[in-house]
Amino acid sequence: MSGHASNEINANVGWDGKGSPFSVGYGKLMMWFFLVSDALTFGAFLIAYGFTRYSYGGAWPIGEETFDALPLVHGSYPLAYVALMTFILIISSVTMVLGVEAGHRMDRKGVTKWMLATILGGLIFVGSQAWEWSHFIHGTKFGRVELSDGSVATAKGEFGKINSFEVVKPGEHFTEVGELITNENISEEDGDLMHAFQHAAAKRHLSGSAGAMMITLHDGTVAKINKEADKDLQLIIKSAGTQYAASSPADESTRIHEEEGSVALYYEALSKGNVVYGANLQQNEYGPQAYGQFFFFVTGFHGFHVSIGILLNIIIFLNVLKGTYHKRGHYEMVEKGGLYWHFVDLVWVFVFTFFYLI
Amino acid sequence: MDQRDDIIEYSLYNHHSEKEGKKLRKKIWKVTLILSIVTAVEVFLGALVKQGSEMWLTVKVLFVLLTLLKAGYIVLTFMHLGDEKKTLKWIILLPYLIFMLYLIFIGLTEGASVGVKN
Repeated sequence: MSGHASNEINANVGWDGKGSPFSVGYGKLMMWFFLVSDALTFGAFLIAYGFTRYSYGGAWPIGEETFDALPLVHGSYPLAYVALMTFILIISSVTMVLGVEAGHRMDRKGVTKWMLATILGGLIFVGSQAWEWSHFIHGTKFGRVELSDGSVATAKGEFGKINSFEVVKPGEHFTEVGELITNENISEEDGDLMHAFQHAAAKRHLSGSAGAMMITLHDGTVAKINKEADKDLQLIIKSAGTQYAASSPADESTRIHEEEGSVALYYEALSKGNVVYGANLQQNEYGPQAYGQFFFFVTGFHGFHVSIGILLNIIIFLNVLKGTYHKRGHYEMVEKGGLYWHFVDLVWVFVFTFFYLI
Repeated sequence: MDQRDDIIEYSLYNHHSEKEGKKLRKKIWKVTLILSIVTAVEVFLGALVKQGSEMWLTVKVLFVLLTLLKAGYIVLTFMHLGDEKKTLKWIILLPYLIFMLYLIFIGLTEGASVGVKN
């Protein structure tokens, strides 16, 4: 692993100072220079993020509130998923460095094994990031609402299941009053009950109050919503209005609970269409527009780096299989690929801290 | 491949023995353990201490320090910059640190001048 030469180099071929001041190969030196410039780019992104966040004061989203979902299970597990992603990337960095070590012993079998493990780790990481993005874009079941006094709130709690829509005024598809619309017979345009509900809320096609909501579907059908009650609905005020003060993240009693009328407030906002679900580049339910843009840009740019890293690792892996480096007499290419791969891990360590923890 | 005498091929001499390898692998697993524990501690603290609580500032500073510790292990051990020649080590690290510290300084000073907007 030591980078410097163990043999004397012929002084006639050295630099003017008779020898290289760095004692490393050209490729490795250039990889380091590239990584420094790339690190400046990521450093600038994160500092710009911090600067922007600071200028928004307390309205910025909080990591453990925003990222608390896991695939396939319900409930709140703050930061569990990103912690898992971080761990996967660290482990793939370890398998990479073990591959580099095997290369220094000319152990072709070892390099093959560890390179394969590194590629798998990278693929799992990118897959995890895809799930996280998808979850971020689709958003929560509650979304973010603007209450009647102008305050903006996100919601926590368990969203009551929507069982069916009961036709009140027939439309094009559903012609019978009293007909039950379920996920089985809902029109393709409406997708499923939940999708239809969120779509209608955002388009001001909901009316009524909590427990007695009406929905207007794509075909003009007006239906009563049969929905179970939400459990423990809490509104977290992100920016204050004329009546409600901003909730403190440190104190859950500053949220609006069911006893203080969170349900009525929430469904009043829905019936007025004052709701945002999920995230895109224009708006997101988690916080200011800039937050979503930074999230997509910084984690996206990192994910792009990981993807390129996987591609480089696959190319190097194929060359290891072919024996290219064995014939060359050294596995420096594995080392250079390794430097890039560790750098990707390094960037994630910082993204993890500044995006999710702080 | 024949060795060309106009190219200094350091990489050819960049090998180590089975014995040295064993020592290195031990070091790699030690660093792995440290990185995993530090990450676990960070997540635990993040879930435990709420933002805006009295402890938050301390935890925030701790997060940054732990992150720098992890970065140090990754750069010096995994990227083995710690084993390179001193000249190379500082040629990589110094310009980066100078630029970043300057940018952080600018961000902190100017950041305070940007008003709260919602």
